[in-house]
Amino acid sequence: MTGLSEALLHPTVGTAGLVAAMGYAVVFLGLVMLLAVVAVMGKVMVASRKKAAPAPAVPEVPAPAPAERPVAKGTAGQLKLYNVSERDAALVMAIVAHKLGRPVNELRFRSIREVEEK
Amino acid sequence: MNILDTLGKLASESGFAGFLAAGGWKNLIMIAIACVLLYLGIVKKFEPLLLVGIAFGCLLTNLPGAGLYHLDMWDAYVAGTPYTTAAGEVIENITFTTIIHEGGLLDIFYIGVKAGIYPSLIFLGVGAMTDFGPLLANPKSLLLGAAAQLGVFVAFFGAVLLGFTGPEAACIGIIGGADGPTAIFQTTKLAPWLLGPIAIAAYSYMALIPMIQPPIMKFMTTPAMRKVKMEQSREVSKTEKIIFPIAVSAFVILLLPSTAPLIGCLMLGNLLRECGVTDRLSDTAQNALMNIVTIFLATSVGATMVAERFLSLDTIKIVFLGLAAFAVSTAGGLLGGRVMYRLSGGKINPLIGSAGVSAVPMAARVSQDVGRKYNKTNYLLMHAMGPNVAGVIGSAIAAGFFLSVFGG
Repeated sequence: MTGLSEALLHPTVGTAGLVAAMGYAVVFLGLVMLLAVVAVMGKVMVASRKKAAPAPAVPEVPAPAPAERPVAKGTAGQLKLYNVSERDAALVMAIVAHKLGRPVNELRFRSIREVEEK
Repeated sequence: MNILDTLGKLASESGFAGFLAAGGWKNLIMIAIACVLLYLGIVKKFEPLLLVGIAFGCLLTNLPGAGLYHLDMWDAYVAGTPYTTAAGEVIENITFTTIIHEGGLLDIFYIGVKAGIYPSLIFLGVGAMTDFGPLLANPKSLLLGAAAQLGVFVAFFGAVLLGFTGPEAACIGIIGGADGPTAIFQTTKLAPWLLGPIAIAAYSYMALIPMIQPPIMKFMTTPAMRKVKMEQSREVSKTEKIIFPIAVSAFVILLLPSTAPLIGCLMLGNLLRECGVTDRLSDTAQNALMNIVTIFLATSVGATMVAERFLSLDTIKIVFLGLAAFAVSTAGGLLGGRVMYRLSGGKINPLIGSAGVSAVPMAARVSQDVGRKYNKTNYLLMHAMGPNVAGVIGSAIAAGFFLSVFGG
């Protein structure tokens, strides 16, 4: 503890009391100031959220045409089915993936068509 | 070759002979203490992640002849005095490089404690695990985190009265912050010779919080206060959670630069958690890194529990002062809770004040458990998490204050 004064190295009861009171005050002061920062930040955030929330009333418009079904994550585009139910298509894809030894989302199926025997 | 001579030489050089040497019985007592700590950690599950490592470090360091940790070398390092090696070589100036060459395994581990690396890295993990949302939703809980530091300064005062020096008293006081890494960080800087007993007291009392706090909570509050149901806190946006660690780091470090390693790492860990683009780093900080550092920290802290230093009257005083620090900090938090109960017109349950002593999340759980005992429909946990994490910042500020005053 080089450079520490004797008064702090071996504090008297008075000095110890003063250091303790000062320390508690510093902790309070620090956290009160932090409270002010956090409270202001919270107020700004709440105000900005309220400002953004009330969107202007939109006149009624006819419902838009149904959009294409969203593509599932990991798939490569839409699959066209010809005379095949979704269940059968899923089975076909699972069998192909199994035979190739690759996960089904790494394969691209463009279309599945039932071939009719002549 | 005389077989009897050889056997005699082996026996006299073995560690067992060390127990019969002068003061060897003290090592036996320390080994017994290590076994008790292992029992508490493994069987009673008192902070097992730390206590098991600390106890095992204590066991290793007290096995005569193992030479894993050299107390005299570290004393020479702290005092800046020459050190004589086992081979008789005198080293004028001990540095970390000397310790790596001359020291044992635990000496090398201990460099991480001495350099303040492990406590800071633990804070990085704590930051990555902590959700500051409840604090942001109710910033007033910062006041409870401040109020609950009362025990730190009361214990400091008590330690001076019991004859400890200023820096030693500051390290004993910080036990009341109920924050192990902060206590270790400060003690290695101000009074490294007290590290063993202070770490043991801090972690033991943290484990005993469910037993220490409830009687004080009942004594300091009325049944009507304990039944208060608090309103749902507001929702906190992601942006707020991202800005918070940046703002706190800048603000607190500017206020008390000596808190930079602890607050900096705590808030960096929290930013990794909240920013949403560093999930891998957050995961590493919370799990792998935290676990690795815990092993090094615990064993090297345990290694400082050398018989000739640990078995003293000072250790007993530290154990009692540590308990007093915990109890007064709990009372301070509850007192703050009572003031807020009055000022809010009875909307704040004062039981959340006791969670201001840090010890995340144990102290918050105690507030929840005691609150539910008196009102089955009461859920105080999230409300108590606010003061709980505020206590972590509060104890780091208290440590920063002591480091500024006594750091020389």
